[in-house]
Amino acid sequence: MPLIIEATGVAKAFGATKALAGVDLSVPEGSIVGLLGPNGAGKTTLVRVIATLLKPDAGQVRVAGHDALTDPHAVRTVIGLAGQFAAVDESLTGRENVEIVGRLYQLSKAEARKRAAEVLERLKLTEAADRSVRTYSGGMRRRLDLGASLIGRARVLILDEPTTGLDPATRNDLWDFMHDMVREGTTILLTTQYMEEADMLADSIVVIDRGKEIAKGTSDQLKERLGGDVLDIKVKNPADLVRVAELLRPLGKPQIAERTGRVTVAVKDRVAGLLLAANAIQDAAIELDDLGVHRPSLDDVFLTLTGHDAAESEAIAAPRPGRAGRRGKAA
Amino acid sequence: MISDTLVMLRRNLLRIVHTPQLLVFSTIQPVLFVLLFRYVFGGSIKLPGVNYVDYLLPGIMVQTTMFAGGQTAIGLAEDSKSGLLDRFRSLPMARSAVLFGRTMSDSVRGLFVALLMIAVGIVVGFRFHNGLLPAVGGIAVAVLFGFAIAWFFAFMGLSLRDPETAQVASFLPIFPLVFASSVFVRTDSLPSWLAAFARNQPISKIANAVRVLMQGHPRMARLGISESAGVLFLQSVAWMAVIVAVFAPLAVRKYRRG
Ligand SMILES: Nc1ncnc2c1ncn2[C@@H]1O[C@H](COP(=O)(O)OP(=O)(O)OP(=O)(O)O)[C@@H](O)[C@H]1O
Ligand SMILES: [Mg+2]
Repeated sequence: MPLIIEATGVAKAFGATKALAGVDLSVPEGSIVGLLGPNGAGKTTLVRVIATLLKPDAGQVRVAGHDALTDPHAVRTVIGLAGQFAAVDESLTGRENVEIVGRLYQLSKAEARKRAAEVLERLKLTEAADRSVRTYSGGMRRRLDLGASLIGRARVLILDEPTTGLDPATRNDLWDFMHDMVREGTTILLTTQYMEEADMLADSIVVIDRGKEIAKGTSDQLKERLGGDVLDIKVKNPADLVRVAELLRPLGKPQIAERTGRVTVAVKDRVAGLLLAANAIQDAAIELDDLGVHRPSLDDVFLTLTGHDAAESEAIAAPRPGRAGRRGKAA
Repeated sequence: MISDTLVMLRRNLLRIVHTPQLLVFSTIQPVLFVLLFRYVFGGSIKLPGVNYVDYLLPGIMVQTTMFAGGQTAIGLAEDSKSGLLDRFRSLPMARSAVLFGRTMSDSVRGLFVALLMIAVGIVVGFRFHNGLLPAVGGIAVAVLFGFAIAWFFAFMGLSLRDPETAQVASFLPIFPLVFASSVFVRTDSLPSWLAAFARNQPISKIANAVRVLMQGHPRMARLGISESAGVLFLQSVAWMAVIVAVFAPLAVRKYRRG
């Protein structure tokens, strides 16, 4: 499949913060690519560069054959962007919001009206369409924001954490919706902090952390890198974490997640691994909350690749100014 | 580009229609100014051969455009903070349309407020003493100044990005320019160093141009406004041209860079 987004060597620093330190991203036409990473990893920065909102310090970006740096206008004709925070006009109705964006995608009046009705229907907003957005719930705002990015029939949807803050039912709806869009030929680049989401949706996944790509591939390929299943032990007393890790060393390279009080290790043979661990821990008389073997999740992948879990990375990342400031200096 | 600007203009006017409270309160304020100055200071401010309200109202029309400019700054800072500007910047639309739509819709609102103030003024004794056509010219000068100064405030709102900050910051240029001017009092009553500034700064020039157009040169000459309508008109237009020439490109550049 031809690549519809091709970014190479993208770098961007904000003062001393290296938000992106040379990242490559390829998105084949008609697929869903998930950009996965913890808070502060650089997801939004990369999305903004691709969506022509930010000029990178270095690197190349092509979208549908257009150079995002020299011909941003052409790129804008093929993309639909839904940013990390719903950008909707509070004082207008939902329908007005979407119609105006439609007009700015250069649709005719009649076409914008028709498309707006379709999009609102599809996102289950028809009933609320003529109400002021001020009365919308958080989830409705998100959907409206997504609707605005759809109205121009963009070939590439760029969605920054589209399901953050949604309830599980709405999230499932959106997942179905994204699958439908792709079936109809749209390409989607989405960012997420949820391993489960990338797992469910994405044909391929790029994991970034602190401005660098740390892994890429399909969800299966990433799990493959772990080399088998995951033995997962939760200790009762955090003081035992290191001892448990020592006991598991014969099995492989144990990882400690202090935050959750867990030790994990990849095992080739589930039964042998489980037996060895159970015996060793019983002999050492260490109290456990839980002991089990499961198929690796992307959480495990993340832990193995970076040596810390996804949520911990947030604490490690540099302190970040407030939202207004971050929209801060662009070019 | 024109159609994008019209879409943005329509969007901003829709916002005004959907938030009538804002329009009501931003209208009450200048009306209050007219009434307060007319009745509180009107008694003590005696002008030779001229009713104070005839002098005052054109000044307050210009003052109002400055306060309305504050709204321009706040509105754009809001759009920046809410991410709407990012949305617009990601669309295949003309780069200048967002700002033109904003300055134009603010001018439309300015025209509405100006007409309302004149209506209130007439109730409390204001009259045009120079015929209708020059009076219309005076209204046009005030509204056009509103359009010009909106570019300055647009630049300010885009630079600050935060509506609360924009609100406070917009008063900084407003107060000295409005109060050290001919808006409320004749400049020859000020200490000489201040009078020199007050006489020549844009707000006074515009206010005097509107006055002379509405009241005629002979009456205003008695109050120390020596320039003719033509000269004041040209000076006003020159100020507006300078303001737009400096701040429109700055604002557009700021917008493009996000
Ligand atoms: N405008 C800005 N000014 C200064 N620093 C910035 C700006 N934008 C981003 N950063 C910094 O760049 C880094 C990457 O930020 P980015 O928003 O891309 O992360 P993210 O992966 O989207 O995180 P999250 O999951 O929290 O949304 C962070 O350290 C952030 O503080
Ligand atoms: Mg982000």
